[in-house]
Amino acid sequence: MGVLEVKNVGKRFGGLQALGNVNLSVKENTVHAIIGPNGAGKSTLLNCLIGKLIPDTGSVMFDGQSVLGRKPHEINQMGISRVFQTPEIFGDLTVFENVMIPIFAKRDGAFRMHAYESVSNERDITEAAERMLEDVNMLDKRHVQASSLSRGDKRRLEMAMCLSQEPKLLLLDEPTAGMARADTNNTIDLLKEIKAKRNITMAIIEHDMHVVFSLAERITVLAQGTPLVEDTPANIKGHPKVREAYLGEAH
Amino acid sequence: MLGLNKKDGTLLLIVIGLTLFAPFLLNPFPVESELAQFNAGYPDLMQRFVIFGIFAIGFNILFGLTGYLSFGHAAFLGAGSYAGVWMMKLLSMNVIPAIVAAVIVAGLFSVLIGYISLRRSGIYFSILTLAFAQMSFALAYSVLTPITGGETGLQLSLDDPRILTGGAEGGNLPVPSLFGLEMRDSFDLVLGSWLFTFNVGYYVCAIIMIAAFYLAIRIFRSPFGMMLRAVKSNQQRMSYTGLNSRPYTLAAFVISGMYAGLAGGLMVSMDPLAGAERMQWTASGEVVLMTILGGAGTLIGPVLGAGFIKYFENIFSKINDQILHGWFAFLPDGLENAMVALVHPFIGKGWHLTLGILFMLVVIFLPGGLVEGGQRVGRFAFRRRNKKAEGAEAEGAAKQPAE
Ligand SMILES: Nc1ncnc2c1ncn2[C@@H]1O[C@H](COP(=O)(O)OP(=O)(O)O)[C@@H](O)[C@H]1O
Ligand SMILES: [Mg+2]
Repeated sequence: MGVLEVKNVGKRFGGLQALGNVNLSVKENTVHAIIGPNGAGKSTLLNCLIGKLIPDTGSVMFDGQSVLGRKPHEINQMGISRVFQTPEIFGDLTVFENVMIPIFAKRDGAFRMHAYESVSNERDITEAAERMLEDVNMLDKRHVQASSLSRGDKRRLEMAMCLSQEPKLLLLDEPTAGMARADTNNTIDLLKEIKAKRNITMAIIEHDMHVVFSLAERITVLAQGTPLVEDTPANIKGHPKVREAYLGEAH
Repeated sequence: MLGLNKKDGTLLLIVIGLTLFAPFLLNPFPVESELAQFNAGYPDLMQRFVIFGIFAIGFNILFGLTGYLSFGHAAFLGAGSYAGVWMMKLLSMNVIPAIVAAVIVAGLFSVLIGYISLRRSGIYFSILTLAFAQMSFALAYSVLTPITGGETGLQLSLDDPRILTGGAEGGNLPVPSLFGLEMRDSFDLVLGSWLFTFNVGYYVCAIIMIAAFYLAIRIFRSPFGMMLRAVKSNQQRMSYTGLNSRPYTLAAFVISGMYAGLAGGLMVSMDPLAGAERMQWTASGEVVLMTILGGAGTLIGPVLGAGFIKYFENIFSKINDQILHGWFAFLPDGLENAMVALVHPFIGKGWHLTLGILFMLVVIFLPGGLVEGGQRVGRFAFRRRNKKAEGAEAEGAAKQPAE
């Protein structure tokens, strides 16, 4: 049994069958990559996991509990965080505040009425946020308004926000898209480091095969809304069906 | 100071200074002078400055922080007013029960309206709040006449029970007071040809406004305030971060409703009469204007906006053609009449036109309101002073404090 069990999930948008009949099992403490051409339904699948979309059919179990019928904030509180394909950050707030908010959410739950305390007196939160920003090399940008960051920095910030929650399952939707090579390598190192430090399961969607083969322990290939194969990176590399359906096209 | 950082502490001190010395600051012109009509230091107007300041400070906690634009906040001010008058009819003329009841009733009322309206966001939320407020206005005007006094409004009468103090003594209506200190009491200070009026009611309102302002700073700087700004910035991200935005917005809505109720309670503590028109959409729109004009989302902006609009309403509307003729008397007759005719639409009843034009100019050129205007002026002055003092070298340094 994996920590995440997706069974027979289907999702239709009007006439388009975005997800056919998806079965996916992600083992605890592994990095599981989902690859496939554009429009394969990868992002749609993640949307079904975090309550952004409700699948038409099938079931999604996380940690032995169904996520279907739960609100997005409840699913996050179960331990799932997601980095989006286009960065979702608090643009009007500073980098530092962006990282503090998820830490507050982790500590205090979905709602807490702390209207009279001062943010700057919350030592444990500010220190954790500083440590997190240090880990992603953004401490010098802590007072910058998040909307004015570069695309790569926005992605790194969003990753820091998700990691600061210490989720059980981290979903990453093309985390290195639009990043320079050096930043991509830093991201790989950061994820490896996090992985080595503590128990975390990751599901990562990625087009950059360098990233995929550096991190993944299992790979699922998705095409036109259905999983084609699931195997180890070594086997996927040599798989004729995959080369034809995806790798050949991407390179 | 009081758990505030240096910048916020300074701001609080400025507000305290301005409100406590308002009787001097607002009466800069000698009584007999031509310009005396621009004096705003009379009790009635000063009370309105701070009461509407409270209203706008509270409104800003909802609109400025979360971005939810309510068009119905006058309903809470009205509910607070009715509650306040009822306390004076039933309990005593002491303003404390009236103010407390006003805040509580407005708070409960805003839980109800907020709970329903916050199911939608954006324009739909605004329309819902507007609809609820107009409904309250219509009800207060008609069906609820036994509670609200309908068209005539709710007022004191001689046969009110006032169980804590007994009925009216003698044939006069009692007046609101704070443990014997009457709200209408004033002390006049004559200095040469200047006259300064210190009114009890004004100082009661002023001290409450300072407390309300302090509380607003605390809310702005609290984790709760940060969450409210997160709602405005990206509600999607908020829910995928494990936060439920609904209770946050509802709490902000109720807090701002209670501020409105407090303003209503103070209004009837100064003048114990509550009418339904206080709930009308024009009154709701006014606080929106005050907040935007002053600078939504800033601490001091709403107070400035409230003062600005109330000053215009009371001073500009008093200027009439006769006064204009006085001003332009130095011109030849034909030109004098032409000038008076030109300025005429902007004064007296036309003050709305002047205010409207000013509002448009501010929104177009200073989206951050009067506060942004002040900051720009400050930055400009700072840069010039630095250039003079230290030459080009100081340029880099000048940028930092401006941020
Ligand atoms: N909210 C939506 N409404 C309608 N169609 C959608 C929606 N989201 C995705 N789709 C469609 O579903 C298909 C899969 O999209 P997506 O999951 O984003 O692909 P991928 O992430 O693998 O590139 C695409 O054809 C896309 O246009
Ligand atoms: Mg995608």
